[in-house]
Amino acid sequence: MKLLRPILIFLGLLLFWQMLVSATGVAHYILPGPLAVLNAFYERWPSLLYHAGVTISEILLGLGFGTLLGCLSALILANSRGARLWVLPVLVISQAIPVFALAPILVLWLGYGLASKVVMATLIIYFPVTIAFFDGLRRTDPGWLDLAQVMGGSRWRTLTRVRIPAALPAFASGVRVAASVAPIGAIVGEWVGSSAGLGYLMLHANARLQVDVMFAALLLLALFAVGLYFAIDHGLRHLISWQPDKAL
Amino acid sequence: MAGVSDLPPTSSRRQSRKAPGIGLREASLSYQGKVVFENLNLDLPAGRLTCLLGPSGVGKSSLLRYIAGLSGSDSESTVSGHLEFGDSESGTSGIAYLAQQDLLLPWLNVLDNVMLGSRLRGETADRDRAMDLLARVGLAGQEKQRPVQLSGGMRQRVALARTLMEDRPVVLMDEPFSALDAITRYELQHLASSLLAGKTTLLVTHDPLEALRIGHRLLLLTGSPARITESIDPPDAPLRDVATPATAALQATIMRRLTEARRIATAGSDEPRRQVPE
Repeated sequence: MKLLRPILIFLGLLLFWQMLVSATGVAHYILPGPLAVLNAFYERWPSLLYHAGVTISEILLGLGFGTLLGCLSALILANSRGARLWVLPVLVISQAIPVFALAPILVLWLGYGLASKVVMATLIIYFPVTIAFFDGLRRTDPGWLDLAQVMGGSRWRTLTRVRIPAALPAFASGVRVAASVAPIGAIVGEWVGSSAGLGYLMLHANARLQVDVMFAALLLLALFAVGLYFAIDHGLRHLISWQPDKAL
Repeated sequence: MAGVSDLPPTSSRRQSRKAPGIGLREASLSYQGKVVFENLNLDLPAGRLTCLLGPSGVGKSSLLRYIAGLSGSDSESTVSGHLEFGDSESGTSGIAYLAQQDLLLPWLNVLDNVMLGSRLRGETADRDRAMDLLARVGLAGQEKQRPVQLSGGMRQRVALARTLMEDRPVVLMDEPFSALDAITRYELQHLASSLLAGKTTLLVTHDPLEALRIGHRLLLLTGSPARITESIDPPDAPLRDVATPATAALQATIMRRLTEARRIATAGSDEPRRQVPE
């Protein structure tokens, strides 16, 4: 039943969609029915697959770079008073700039290719990961730190054996947020200027009133985003299996 | 009163470092401008368990943290004075620390928690000794459990094993049993008393009965700034039967002193509270 339920929900939504289209008789270029979208999948499969591959690469690369940079920044912030005093305010203020507003500039600087979208996704992922991990690192139970000090633990080993593991649940929250916003970064980047990707395909199809192709691309993106979230959630759960499960 | 106290003597390796006596000289500590204690002198006899009693908030834990070398790491406290060890080699690296919370790391299993000190110092842990200690605290066969799967009493047993694993001549304990239920506390007091035999131990407690049961020497810390106002060496050796007339009388004395101390503290404060009935 646990596996069956999401499938039933999905089928139910498809049925509702088809009924809505049949009942209202809405034009196919406003809302195509599920069958039309399925047909678009069938006819445009190679093209959809290629563009999805581009977008997925952008998302995964952005997620990788963003998480890596976020972790490094959090570690530096947690271990350097100077960085906390001078860099943290800049970091917080920089978040007042909507990242989407940077998209045209990034395209201007980095071109229509992969790079501008990866940077876009990285920027959007970086902040939640940094702040969540940093917060976790500075909230280490003071008792643990006292214990480590009396035991004669070095600063480095106290960091790697106590503080970082203790911060993993907070880090996981940051990465979950990152995983859900990463596709936004890539798609917005593609809308502003690109030569490939699902965002590009959607704009292209939109101009030609191929709304069924748009829906096919959208569906593909949604499927990937959900899959990504659950894969990452599963991995994080495994990483912090010691934490009592507070999940759904 | 037998049982755990009849455990065989600890292995010869554990006795390798002879426990030194500790003297605290001219120790002062202020926190946020408030003097906690000033020019305090204190002696912990070698190889004995000393209990530090006092009303809550008097600075018992601060004193213990001072000896552990944990004071003064923040900008808000001022620290002076020094520690004298009965031998030349010990220093603060000869100290093991057991807090009120078990401080077990939830991501490590019981065995790895016991071996935490070695991990933090980058040494190879002596697995066999850790297993032996776990057996001594009554947790044989539990080494693969995660702390979350254990009861409060079992967790504190693991913490005790971790403290003993450090193999330090000096052990500082900050109300280690106060969060446990009466029977578990009773069991652990006896276990600790037998396993800590021969070590110089300071036990901070708010429970006069606990102190009378397992302490060689009882110190009363009262006043503000806090001072050692009474040092009691009960004639017989721990573990004592707290039901004898002699110990009952001692307990009454201690209770009276603590009550007086709290009354004075209350009268001295800006906001008078309801007086403690005598």
